[in-house]
Amino acid sequence: MTAVTSAGCAAPDQAAPLPASVDLEKETVITGVVSNDSGEAVAGAYVRLLDSTGEFTAEVVTSPEGQFRFFAAPGTWTLRALSRHGNGDTTVTASQATNQVSAAVAA
Amino acid sequence: MSRDTALVSADWAEANLDAPGVVFVEVDEDTTAYDGGHIPGAIKLDWKKDLQDPVRRDFVNKQQFEALLSERGIAGDDTVILYGGNNNWFAAYAYWYFKLYGHGDVRLLDGGRKKWELDARPLSKDAVSREATQYTAQDPDVSIRAFRDEVVDAIGTKNLVDVRSPDEYAGRLLAPAHLPQEQAQRAGHIPTALSVPWSKAANEDGTFKSDDDLRQIYGEAGLDDSKSTIAYCRIGERSSHTWFVLKELLGHQDVKNYDGSWTEYGSLVGVPVALGDEPGKA
Repeated sequence: MTAVTSAGCAAPDQAAPLPASVDLEKETVITGVVSNDSGEAVAGAYVRLLDSTGEFTAEVVTSPEGQFRFFAAPGTWTLRALSRHGNGDTTVTASQATNQVSAAVAA
Repeated sequence: MSRDTALVSADWAEANLDAPGVVFVEVDEDTTAYDGGHIPGAIKLDWKKDLQDPVRRDFVNKQQFEALLSERGIAGDDTVILYGGNNNWFAAYAYWYFKLYGHGDVRLLDGGRKKWELDARPLSKDAVSREATQYTAQDPDVSIRAFRDEVVDAIGTKNLVDVRSPDEYAGRLLAPAHLPQEQAQRAGHIPTALSVPWSKAANEDGTFKSDDDLRQIYGEAGLDDSKSTIAYCRIGERSSHTWFVLKELLGHQDVKNYDGSWTEYGSLVGVPVALGDEPGKA
């Protein structure tokens, strides 16, 4: 399994666009892109959001550009990505507003 | 009911794609998923447009259900195989409708769309149409559907199972984390409800856990199988998944799905609400 890193401050914005109705004063958004060993975005990956005890909270399928997005709450979460290329985990400490994360999968 | 009559494996499904009398039906939360590729020959039901009443907050009545299935070409003696995304949440919800309206042979595809995709099994974008039928439904079987007054009366007497995530149960979130936080007026859970997230019943690939594992999970959570049970979630689709497990896989006798769920209960005036991780008192 490949190590996973959070996107740095200078990373390009890879977030999925947010609907206009979303209030970032209230929402804690976790968003990012799933990529494979070669750094290519993985469409159709299943990304699972697990809470700090490892309990399943939500699951989404990545867009054609490999993007995913969750509406969560401040705290520590684990993102687990499943794909035909393999699986991968990453941990994120989310705060209110938008939190960007990169997730990698490998066989 | 049991696993043998309520569930089919992906291998069985792939071997029976063209079998006469077998109809594959996709039901997704994301109603565009079908158009991007579906199991070859499968038709689609839209859980909002097809399965909900367009005006009242209720699902389709017997006549609407008959008209829908007739138009889509499903016959009363067909074996209906339901599948979908989100670990079969909405497929399980549709399964509960088919049972409510008395369809003879209906089953879930174990693992749903996720396992099918992760296994790299065939998907098709071809349009599918079936010859119309004259479908006759039974009167709704309300022995599997709970309404709000019954739920309030069940506090402290029946098993109430809250199948939402722990944060929704405790009142820290109002909706699943892939949706904007909206809906009920109040957060929390029905007092005395056990927290057994639907996801405990499923493996990572969306298939159901073994009967032994399932019995252990609900036993350890404190579900008293000598009592009647009502399952609920936010809008009744995740609780259909748990209803399926308790009633159809484990064969518990009296299990109801409360489809009003938290969006109704959490907006009722004057009912008790518990906050935090404990069930709370009656």
